Amino acid sequence: MTTVPQTSLSLRRPERLALNAGLVIFVALYAAIAFLQPNYLELGLFMNFLRRAAPLVILACGQLYVILTGGFDLSMGAVATLVVLAASILINGDPDTTWAVIGALYAMGIAVGLVNGLVVTFLKVPSIITTLGTMLLVNGLALAWSGGAARGDLPDNFRNLGRLVWRDVPVIGTLPLAAVVLAGFVALVWFGLNGTVYGKRALAVGDNPRAAELAGTPVAATRILAFVVSAVSAVTAGILIGGFSGVSVNAGEGLELQAIAACVIGGAQLLGGRGSIWSAVFGALSLFALFTLLNLLGLPQALRDSIQGLILIAAVGASTWRIRRRT
Amino acid sequence: MTLRGLLATTVALTFASQALAQDFNDPAEFKKQREQLSMTPQGPEGQPWAQHLGDGMVDTAKYKKDGQVTLCFSNAGVFNPWRVVGLNNLNAEAELHKDRLKELIVVDAEGKDDKQISDIEALVSGGKCDALIVSPNTTAALTPAVEAACAKLPVIVFDRGVNTSCPVTYIHPVGGYGFGITSGEFIASKLKKGDNVLALRIMPGVDVLETRYSAAKNIFDEAGINVVGSEFTGSDRAKTKSVVEDYINRGEKIDAVWMDAGDTATAALEAFEDAGLPYPVISGEDQQDFLRKWQSEKLTAIGPSYPTYQWRTAVIAALDVLDGKQVPGPEWVLPQPAITEDVLAEYIDDRMPPLHYSLCGCQELPGYPELWGGKK
Repeated sequence: MTTVPQTSLSLRRPERLALNAGLVIFVALYAAIAFLQPNYLELGLFMNFLRRAAPLVILACGQLYVILTGGFDLSMGAVATLVVLAASILINGDPDTTWAVIGALYAMGIAVGLVNGLVVTFLKVPSIITTLGTMLLVNGLALAWSGGAARGDLPDNFRNLGRLVWRDVPVIGTLPLAAVVLAGFVALVWFGLNGTVYGKRALAVGDNPRAAELAGTPVAATRILAFVVSAVSAVTAGILIGGFSGVSVNAGEGLELQAIAACVIGGAQLLGGRGSIWSAVFGALSLFALFTLLNLLGLPQALRDSIQGLILIAAVGASTWRIRRRT
Repeated sequence: MTLRGLLATTVALTFASQALAQDFNDPAEFKKQREQLSMTPQGPEGQPWAQHLGDGMVDTAKYKKDGQVTLCFSNAGVFNPWRVVGLNNLNAEAELHKDRLKELIVVDAEGKDDKQISDIEALVSGGKCDALIVSPNTTAALTPAVEAACAKLPVIVFDRGVNTSCPVTYIHPVGGYGFGITSGEFIASKLKKGDNVLALRIMPGVDVLETRYSAAKNIFDEAGINVVGSEFTGSDRAKTKSVVEDYINRGEKIDAVWMDAGDTATAALEAFEDAGLPYPVISGEDQQDFLRKWQSEKLTAIGPSYPTYQWRTAVIAALDVLDGKQVPGPEWVLPQPAITEDVLAEYIDDRMPPLHYSLCGCQELPGYPELWGGKK
């Protein structure tokens, strides 16, 4: 009996730490931005920052589900690209079809997630290989379908999801629709991890799948669901990206690695077992604040890339080092 | 731990891209291209793909071949919309010559030098080809392969060049300096001394893109126009829009946006829209989405081009060589027109996809517009 409180304590403590790591880095980076550009302290610009960061935050939340269960999802960026291209080809400027197409996009995303999950769970292919495969497959499909160049058009009601900003909103001034989507999505995935039994199962599976299985956790279902959530988040992010900036063939390029980096910066543990939704949210916001900060500094591109790399390594290194020291 | 460290490094490496410091600012070439821009082209009126600048011609009687012929084409790849349109042009041009052409063999190197080198070797040793068209992936790496091919059959090179004079002719439009001169001079003419211009570029280290920027930069410096930033966008619309928003948020007034390629021009303009600012003076390219926006928003703009119709010229040249006709050479310099406000309306075609390059010279070709992704 005496061991029980100890285990629960050591499980809870890193979670609190994770929250702090991401948040501290984000606040520090945003403070640096505000120091360079004091107008970033205005609510309007902060809202605009959120609007632009929204796709990455959403992707990181989805990726976190997979990371918690001990896997990776490298197919997210490809799914986001496919979403943008498919939306433009299927809708082709006709606003009446927008909602039906969005439904179809989610169905497609869920299908990709299911394939990832089923292959990882039942064929026992490591997730990094499985999702690398789906990434290539989905990218190839998108390329073949579009013929390598953007086609079709996105109507305004689709674009609004990533672009519309309500002005003259009481109290906060401006409110981008993307920020509302972001808040709604984060609330949902937070509930999924904290409001249901799923969160504990995911942590258990990521920590020690054999032990989790012996303890009666439905390991297969937990893993598959994680990939589905991840794919759904990629679809949501794709819709926002398409809305923000329109059709392009490389809309989602590199986003999967940014999403993984975001989770790790926020304190989630690669290969599973530790992390909370706030690791993903604040990790992604930190990463995006870093991009913005480097833009604002106006350094030459080469130097900027090096600094970005250094800061990433430092951030991930520091958080893993601190976690290791405490546990 | 090792795995974790490895992954962190991988993630970090993703963000690193290399910038090469090379000299892409050659005053002699700048001057030459500026002169070429104002030259009157020779050749059939209204068919710029069959025209040429300058007088040089090469004799090809020794390559004459009767009967049906097979053309082989080693393509660097179809990795961007420009090359998609170009390849469609090339295929459609070949369709026009069905009576003379037995076959057109197209091999795609997928953007890899080593694959293109072996592609060329395979085409040459296969013995089916009567002439070889090459669109090299990179200049230096492909030179030996092209030289080896020259020894066996007539070779025509277009778009990027090679470091050898052995091909029968090298087809290209005026060039990167010309592109930068056209766009730079337009912007300079619309701005006052001390005004600000933001330069948006695809990526560093590519000669055809670097020369565009160096030419425009020279013109801006001369006119006393301030280049507030030169940013790489990787052709990514979201990144372009974010970069421009960041510049707007810095509070500096941006009077003009100069671009080394127009595929993200509309994203740059949206950043101004979303911030509630008036549109800047802008240089884009000849893509449909930009031209439509230009027309509907009455922008002050110019669309310089690196025309895709050169892909047609390659087939024309190859067949002329096999006919034993004289062709412009050793460099076949094509005119490089820009879309200006006066001619804007004639280049807009609502049936075409947003990134269709309007100076394709393909409107009269078989299969237009569906083959280029357009609606009937």
